[in-house]
Amino acid sequence: MKLTGAQILMKAFADEKVDTIFGYPGGAVIDIYDELIKTDIRHVLVRHEQGAVHAADGYARVSGRVGVCLVTSGPGATNTVTGIASAYMDSIPLVVITGQVPTHLIGNDAFQEVDIVGITRPCTKHNYLVKRTEDLATVIKQAFHIARSGRPGPVLVDIPKDIANNKAAYTPPPPVDLPSYRPNYRPNQKQLQRVAKLIERAERPLVFVGGGVILSGASQDLVELARKAQMPVTASLMGLGAFPGTDPLWLGMIGMHGTYRANMAAGACDLMISVGVRFDDRVTGKTDTFAPQAKIVHIDIDPTSIRKNVPVAIPVVGDCKLALEQLNQLIDTQQMEGLATRRKKWFARIEHWKNTNPLAYRQKDTIKPQFVIEKLFELTHGDAIVTTEVGQNQMWAAQFYHFNAPNRFVTSGGLGTMGFGLPAAIGAQIACPDALVVDVAGDGSIQMNIQEMATAVQCQTPIKVVILNNCYLGMVRQWQELFYDRRYACTCMDCAPDFVKLAEAYGALGLRATRPEEVEAVLRKGIETPAPVIMDFAVDREECVYPMVPAGAPITEMLLV
Amino acid sequence: MKEEKHIFSMLVDNVPGVLSRVVGLFSGRDFNIDSLCVAETLDPEVSRITIVSRADAPIVEQIEKQLNKLVNVRKIRDLTGPKAVKREMALICVKAKAQHRAEILRIVDIFRCKVVDVGPGHYILEVTGDEGKLAALLNLLKPMGIKKIARTGPIALFREPN
Repeated sequence: MKLTGAQILMKAFADEKVDTIFGYPGGAVIDIYDELIKTDIRHVLVRHEQGAVHAADGYARVSGRVGVCLVTSGPGATNTVTGIASAYMDSIPLVVITGQVPTHLIGNDAFQEVDIVGITRPCTKHNYLVKRTEDLATVIKQAFHIARSGRPGPVLVDIPKDIANNKAAYTPPPPVDLPSYRPNYRPNQKQLQRVAKLIERAERPLVFVGGGVILSGASQDLVELARKAQMPVTASLMGLGAFPGTDPLWLGMIGMHGTYRANMAAGACDLMISVGVRFDDRVTGKTDTFAPQAKIVHIDIDPTSIRKNVPVAIPVVGDCKLALEQLNQLIDTQQMEGLATRRKKWFARIEHWKNTNPLAYRQKDTIKPQFVIEKLFELTHGDAIVTTEVGQNQMWAAQFYHFNAPNRFVTSGGLGTMGFGLPAAIGAQIACPDALVVDVAGDGSIQMNIQEMATAVQCQTPIKVVILNNCYLGMVRQWQELFYDRRYACTCMDCAPDFVKLAEAYGALGLRATRPEEVEAVLRKGIETPAPVIMDFAVDREECVYPMVPAGAPITEMLLV
Repeated sequence: MKEEKHIFSMLVDNVPGVLSRVVGLFSGRDFNIDSLCVAETLDPEVSRITIVSRADAPIVEQIEKQLNKLVNVRKIRDLTGPKAVKREMALICVKAKAQHRAEILRIVDIFRCKVVDVGPGHYILEVTGDEGKLAALLNLLKPMGIKKIARTGPIALFREPN
């Protein structure tokens, strides 16, 4: 059977059970779009290609499935780069299809030609330029396989226009077998036995988890381990939700804006079981003073993460879920009982840290941004899917919204991409139509991809945007206040649009609160409205995120409220 | 930590862009490349890339792991040390004035080089050997005046077990 490349692509999408594609058409992909509209796949027309990638990313994070994008060549392709790099840093499985000029024009500086495979080599897990129509089915199958297996990540497939147009014999591709790509899932049993022994003996253990636990679906196993072995748990930004945020063993987030008790516990623990993390500088602060008394166990599927930033006593390469499952089997609770009393002291210290410096803010007659997030948490019972932009809004969401389940906190952790939250919310809402999806935003970052409000309205995704509006690029301003003698160089965003009118202009609902007593009513109205809403909260302009560890300092040296 | 020379040898898929992935990884992560050699193996689907890099122990570990992580890299080995044979080839264009010609040919003989091009004012010598041999040869030729040099950078193979 002879099919065009575009038809083969549709077959490949069907094989991968793709139900949604986020995209933006253009000359080089007209043929693909011409086939796409004949399928049942839902196409979400974004307003900027960056939005397409973030939306696919949000879709992937809440559904656990591969997010798919389709864009045209040249600027369409380059506009995806920030989105791809964001997904790459956070290990999110995406397949991004870009159009390319016809093969005979490649290298000729043709209209809308760009070497997107060259551009995205360092920020994709892998990428392809398809040069023969008959290779297409195999390449797409490999792309999905690579994106979702091992440590997940984005894969880009560049398809020249003639490759989509030409016909080739189609046979369903065989299962993927790449001699050069075989991720190791099964952790080393001997290493795990050593870890189990350490857990049994430790007096001051701490479990530190990251996005890997969520990606491998290991949350239940983590809860079991922590409870069984009575170990307190902290998480990186990417790990929030992996462990219930209201559990007594939960210490809160670690790192630059981590809780006092989590950072102090890291400084004092004698064993750190780190799972699915990569010891980012925002977590460790000064690396040679990080967890100085601890033996560090590092469980991760990506060997490059291990010993990249911190020395590790026991490395375990493998899938987080398999590793935690096996650890749960290995740990002898009989041995543990004697230890429970010995650990009493450890939990008493943690309790003390918790009481001396809890997450807090000083309520005044202006709206405190933390208060808005607290109210949001209260009104949604912690059940909302929360996406964020980047900066103070992101940190307040991380600190004051407590996630009891994984795949609900959607944030650009590694790359820190402003403009991520709104399109990611749209993607998340499409993956979970019945969920309440809230984008916690700042007045700066929301303007980076505000055009996607049109997408939200067109797709009838009833997302809620909560703008913590301080008329500043707040996080940079905070650094300027604390470390640059209050020289607010270019961080004042005085000339912002009227977000209520802007919402209305897009056909969404706009609401505003300027006083603390209005916050709850606005949130309620916004949440109850079955349509996209922008809620503009005029918050205390110079509020800072605390605790804060100055860049490069030990994480136990925090600036506090 | 002390930087040492390491010689990495890897088998990679012989597909377009693979060299760029490898080299891009070095530049993107600020790893160093002293020399690089690449050619097809007996299997046309596989190429061998040999890279010499200077790095301390943790970076060497990262280089190996990061290269292994590339989807197109099948296998990588650190061939540093006596378990592997290493050879490099060089073409050296040396000035050959009348009073030096005989001396150069004597050196050629001692170092088992070949003269591959002769002119009234120069010889081009072909030499293979390990790092030490090439360095010694260049030292001897320098006083005559080396006009140009092209070196391949080392390639290496593990010795077979006896």
